Parts: sequence; C-alpha cells; structure tokens
Amino acid sequence: MPASLTLLLADLQLFPPAASAQAGPIDDLYWFEIIVSAIMTVLIFAAVILFAWKYRRRANVRATQIEGSNVLETTWSIIPFLIMLIMFWWGAKLFFAAQNPPKDAMEVFVTGKQWMWKVQYPDGSHEINALHVPVGQPVKLTMASEDVIHSFSIPAFRVRHDVVPGHYDSLWFTATKPGRYRLYCTEYCGNAHASMSGWVEVLNDRDYANWAGGGSHGSLAEQGQQLFEQNGCSTCHLLDQQGRCPILRGVYNKPVQLDDGRTVIADDSYIRESILDPNAKVVSGFQPNIMPNFKGQLSEEQVIQLIAFVKSLSPPTPASQQGGQQRPVVIAPKAKAPAKAPAASAPQQ
Amino acid sequence: MATIAHGTPEIAAEEVNYLNVEHGWKSWLFTTDHKRIAFLYLISITAMFFVGGTMAVLFRINLLEPEGIFSSETYNRLFSMHGIVMVFFFLVPSIPATLANFLIPIMIGAKDLAFPRINLLSWYLYVFGAIFTIYAVARGGVDTGWTFYAPYSSTYSNSYVLSAVMGVFVAGFSSILTGLNFIVTVHKMRAPGMTWSRLPLFVWSNYATGLLQVLGTPVLAISLTLIAFERVAHVGIFDPNIGGDPILFQHLFWFYSHPAVYIMILPGMGVISEIVACFSRKRVFGYNFVAFSSMAIAVLSFFVWGHHMFVTGEAMYTSVAFSFLSFMVAVPSAIKVFNWTATMYKGSVSFDTPMLYAFGFIGLFTIGGLTGLFLAALATDVATHGTYFIVAHFHYVMVGGMVMAFLGGLHYWWPKITGRLYPEAWAKFAALIIFIGFNLTFFPQFILGYLGMPRRIHAYPPEFQALNVLSTAGASILGIGYLIPMIYFAWSIRKGPKAPANPWGATGLEWEIQSPPTTYNFDETPIVTKEAYDYGPLEEVVG
Repeated sequence: MPASLTLLLADLQLFPPAASAQAGPIDDLYWFEIIVSAIMTVLIFAAVILFAWKYRRRANVRATQIEGSNVLETTWSIIPFLIMLIMFWWGAKLFFAAQNPPKDAMEVFVTGKQWMWKVQYPDGSHEINALHVPVGQPVKLTMASEDVIHSFSIPAFRVRHDVVPGHYDSLWFTATKPGRYRLYCTEYCGNAHASMSGWVEVLNDRDYANWAGGGSHGSLAEQGQQLFEQNGCSTCHLLDQQGRCPILRGVYNKPVQLDDGRTVIADDSYIRESILDPNAKVVSGFQPNIMPNFKGQLSEEQVIQLIAFVKSLSPPTPASQQGGQQRPVVIAPKAKAPAKAPAASAPQQ
Repeated sequence: MATIAHGTPEIAAEEVNYLNVEHGWKSWLFTTDHKRIAFLYLISITAMFFVGGTMAVLFRINLLEPEGIFSSETYNRLFSMHGIVMVFFFLVPSIPATLANFLIPIMIGAKDLAFPRINLLSWYLYVFGAIFTIYAVARGGVDTGWTFYAPYSSTYSNSYVLSAVMGVFVAGFSSILTGLNFIVTVHKMRAPGMTWSRLPLFVWSNYATGLLQVLGTPVLAISLTLIAFERVAHVGIFDPNIGGDPILFQHLFWFYSHPAVYIMILPGMGVISEIVACFSRKRVFGYNFVAFSSMAIAVLSFFVWGHHMFVTGEAMYTSVAFSFLSFMVAVPSAIKVFNWTATMYKGSVSFDTPMLYAFGFIGLFTIGGLTGLFLAALATDVATHGTYFIVAHFHYVMVGGMVMAFLGGLHYWWPKITGRLYPEAWAKFAALIIFIGFNLTFFPQFILGYLGMPRRIHAYPPEFQALNVLSTAGASILGIGYLIPMIYFAWSIRKGPKAPANPWGATGLEWEIQSPPTTYNFDETPIVTKEAYDYGPLEEVVG
C-alpha cells in the first residue's frame, strides 16, 4: 500500500521547474491555452447548467421551437477559429525558433539503445543515463538509435525529440538554472522502457570545468582515429595523397559531387551513411564496391567517434562557418581506382 | 411526427417481436435481422469492454507504487492489450455495430440494412478477430502498445505480435463491412418522404462514420500486413537495418488511426443530438450545421494525421501544415457543442438518465476537445508528446465522450431494444459515480503529463506518486460505476417492467413502432411527412 497521505502530499508537484531558455516562452503559450480553455469550459458549463435549470420541465410550460440562427453559428465558428489562429501562430513561432541550433552550440552525442542512453562528449568522456551541461551555453544533442525508436525528453527544459534508427536526430537547448533534472525516454521501446531514464546536471562554469576532466582514452576524435586505423580505413583513405578512396581532409560540412551528378553536404548524416552503406552515395570519380559495408560491424557510438575524427581533419575556418556559399569540392582521383576491393580493408572482428 | 399507415398496437400481451419470434441458438447465430445482430454485437462488445477494463484496473493497481508491483513484462502486456481491445474491439464497433445497426433501418423506415447477410458476416469477422486477439493474450500477450510502432513490432518484440495483428486485421474488415452497409442503406433505403434534410442527426453522424470506416480501414489493413511481412519474411519495409523506414509505418498507421478517432466519436455525437433534442423537447438548434459538421469532420480528419509526428523529425513546414489543419478540425466539433447547448435554451429540460449522460458528454468532451488544442499547437505538443497529457486528453474524448454517449444511448433506446425499463434511481446513481470516477482518474493525468511523466512506463519517479494514487482511486470508482449498469441491465432484460412503445414521448420512426419491434420493423413502409425533431408538448404524446 502507498505511504501515508501526508508523505505523499509532501512530494506533490503540480508544475515542473523551468530550467532552459525555451521553457519560459513555451510555458507562456501553455498558460494562454489553459486560460482560454478554462474560460471556454466555464462558459459552456455555465450555459448548460443555467439552461438546464431555468428551462427545467414544468407542467404547462412548453418549449419554444427555434430553428437556429445563422448569425450565432457564424459567430461561434469564427471567434473560436480566430483564437485558435493565435495558438497556431504562437506554437509555430516557438517551434521554428527551436529548429536550428546556434552556430556556437556545444555538441554532445547521444545514442539510445535498449535500454539506456549513452552520452559521448567531444573530449572523449562518456556516461550512461546522465548528461552534464554548463549553464548558459547552447548545447546541441546529435542523437542516434542502435535499435528501435526512442525519444529523448527533458521535461524541465520542455524539449523532446524522437531518436529514430537509421539516421541522426537532434535537439538543442540552453540550460538556465544549475540543478538536477530528470531525463526520460518517452517513446515506448520495449521491456525496460521505464528504466531508460536518468538525470541532467546543469553545472555553473566552475563546476563544469572541474567535472570536464577529459577522457582518459583521448578525445572523441582520437578515439575515432584509432578506429580508423584498426578497421583499415587508412589503407585507402590516405590522409595526404590520393588513395583508392577520397581524401577526407577538409571534407567535413563541405558540398561533395556525387557520381550521379547530385551534390550533397558532407555532414554527420552523410558521413554516417557513407560508413555504413558506402554505395548509397558514391563520390564522383570513384568506383562503387571498393569499400566494404560497415553496417552491423560498427556501433553507433563508434560511428560517432569516426565522424569526430573526420571532423577534426577539417578545422573550422571562417569560410566553413558560412555553409552554402562554396562550390562543390571535386575530389579528383589520381588514377582510376582498381576494381577489386582489397581484402585488407575488410572490417576487423 | 411521421405518419404510419397502420395503427400501432399498444402493449398487447405476448406480442410477437424480434426477440420472441424464434428461439434456440441457431435462430441467433444464423439470423440476418439487423436487430438480433445488434444484440449479438452488444453482448460481444460488452464482454470485450470488461476484458479491456480489467486490464486497466490491473495496471492502475501496479501504478500505486513508484517502483511498480508487477514485472515490466506483465505491465507492458496489460497496457498493450487494454489499448488493442478497447480501441479495435470496443470503441470502433461500440455505437455503429450496436445502436446504429439496430436503429438506422428503423429511423429511415426500412425493414433491414441493405445487405443483411453481410451484416451477419461482419459480426462473425468481429468474433474471429476477437478470438485471435484473446488467443494472443492466452499465449502470453503482446507488448507493442495498440500503435504497433515499427521496428519494435516488426523486428524486436518477442511477444505474440502476429496473432494480435491478425485479430485487428480481421476485425478491421468487420468495420469496413458495417460502414459499407450503412452508406448503401442510407442512400438507397430511405422511406418515401425521408429526405436527407429530414434524417435524424444520429443517421447523419453514422453515415459520416461509415465513410471513414470504408476509406480509412483498408490502410490499417495494409500497415498491419506490412508489419507481418517484415516480421515473417524480413522484407525491409520499416526496419532501417534491412532498408526500411520506421517513419513510413507511422504515416500509414495514423492515416487510418486519426480518422479512427472520429470513427470512435462521431456516432457518439449523433447519440447526444438525439438525447438533447428529446429531453429538451426541441428541434436540435441549427440542424443543418450539426449535420454538416459531421461531414466536415469526416473530410478534415483525413488530413491531420501528421500531428502525431511533430517530434519525429517530420519536415518543419509539413508540421506547420498539419498543425493548422488540426486546429481546423476543432471548429466543427466546437459548433456541435454550441448547438447542443443552445438546443436547451427555452426548452423543457428533464433530467432522465440519458440526459445526465448527455450533460456528462458535453462537459467531458469540451475538456477533451480543448486539451486537443494544446497538442495541435506545435510548441506545446513538443512539451507534452508521449506523456500522460496525451493519455488524459484522449481518454477525455474516448471515455468521457464516447463511453458516456454509448451509455446514454443505451439507456435511451434500452426500452426499444429490450421492451423493458431499467431502474431509474440506480441508473442516475451510476451516471453520477461514473462522472466522478472518470474525472478523478483522468484529470490528475493532465498534471502528470506536463510534469513530464512518460506514458507506458511500469515504474515512475516517487514525486509522481500522489497523483498516481488519486488516479488509481478514481479508476476503482469508475470500475464500480460501470458494473452497476451491467447488473441492472442484466436484471432488466428478464425482470424489468414492460416498456411502452414511446416512454420518452420522443419523435422519430423508432418510437412509433412497438417495443421491441417486430422482425421487419414496419408492417407497411411508412410515409414521412414531417421534419426530424418535430417536438410538440409532452402531454400530447404520452397520456
């Protein structure tokens, strides 16, 4: 049986803490919706109770037959519609603002799998079901799933995004109040779905600096470099001269020309796809079927490490901050690559 | 009131009616009488309602303790089967297959539905579907939730997904056939003089529902078939590991399942229109608007499915469009609520049990509808998606709305269906208990939702316990509330006082024939000369 009522009520919470820059504006809309709903509910309840009582059945009092009223029908269609337009516009505006993270956002990687959240930081440290962020700093989460659909949710920040297997999802927030807040998976993902939850710790700058001691196994990019060598990637993707496969230096977040004439941006999603399914989008001038498929060979966390390595080969320059303005990088091969895939590049394990 | 050519016999002893005309199980299992089939459906869906309800009581008990009482396996199976049983085997067929099946032919002056044998086939399909589903439960249950999201359902779940999917697939055809039957019947079998503008609003709303059933349900069948394909043959459709797209399933599923929400609520709106008119003794205010709004809901409901996917990474402008359309569909629902309220204005309102349920419906549907606006607005959807806020919202619409309407309609037409009266005092008491129990169960869930408590979890943080205990307390009151009508209806069938042909002094063809009706409803086809809801003073109708 539950603990005594007083104990229960001591814990009783009615409204969540608001600990991110997004939370306040969303709460404002929420309160607007509550007030509109409360007014509408009171009006309708009052009318129902009033009419039911005032016109209750009495002997010798007859109902007055009324056809209807076009004026009334129009009024009570248009006024609620206009109020709803406000909600629509307001909700869409906040949603738009939440779409694109600021350029200076700190990047953290989250992998959902049955049944835990694995968090990786650029410095190479990682943790499970816990996320540490500094106060006042925009943080962008790049999220992947190893298996089924999960959904990453921090109620105190009013943020949530599904983590769908097969591609990257992202969300971002700026925490505003140091403290511990719960995080959850809010998409049912199987047996231990309930335990796929943990804590976000928002730390002030000094505490964050103390906490972020750095990974003992090197930064995320260094971990990626190790994988790059262990898996034989470096035999074909030479770093400074043309091998059988494209040079990866300077490629990150740049447009790339494909062999079917399309141009894509070599962002996280493209690099992930090119590792797991290299033949999906082959760079112009290179042969398909040279690189083996790494799907099922590398975990999402390893892919994230590899991407961090590729990213580290393209140090941010003023030009790369502006995105869309550059011409496609045409990575010309020195000679036609041999058709046969070398055995050496088969993934280990 | 419509004119019937023959004189209606008034409560003669031992009248022949559809219930006593034949006896024996064969006369029921091979019947093509829409009224007997409606009765078979009533028994079947009541059984399924108590199966689904028992599961709800069990998982609410689990939620008394933050760490849970049952294992997560058990809990996940309980909520999944609760959803599957309640949505596909109770809510979808509830009013259409019982009350509408019984009443549509009578209300339009016909002897039966257009396809009586297909009507029987639809009941058999329902029963086979239910058997598959119960079999899945008996084998150990299914743990995917009623939404069967891929790739969990198609690849990862180790439960009896195939039999449950098969059950829902088969029951879907029962729904399609019922809808088809209604559409053809309303088009082709109206009595002379029963023009479209004279149709009772209950017929209008079930006609709109029929369109949704026929156009939407095949898409559900396709989605479930694809799940089965992927599960059995590993054809890559939804699982990205074999080349599929998990979001595709959500598009397909909600393309049916959002209109299905209106399959579940439109018939209830029809019932409320009948009850409010009868117990206010007035024509429904703005008949044309109420009828038109049913059709508007039917059309718009096909264009809002994307609002289930605002946090999946759906394209931003797609989400904006679906948000806008979701607000649009709220307008015709609001029109209905305003018109029911206005109908009571200058009426002669009585407080019989069906009217109490109508009051309950208007209040709870209003709250359910308004909280839908929170979810149509993009930013607040992101904050509440996948939490108990959603659970509370759709239970306000489905249980507070549809189950209230179903019970109201059942009380209203019970004298017609069975020829017996029920104990009014008990019925009023039960209506009150259900209203209180319902609100205590589901209102705390709105608060839990904004606090962030995810739905479908068997264990939760301790700070949520107080509200969960309240909710479980409400659920036990609600459960008792549902048992009371079950008991007095069972009593009423055998022992209840005999009902007159028109105990409420209501208008409509169904009240002009004897209670219970004869097998072919009318000895001669009636000729309709007046509008629906042509209410005069009560004393002119009942002595």
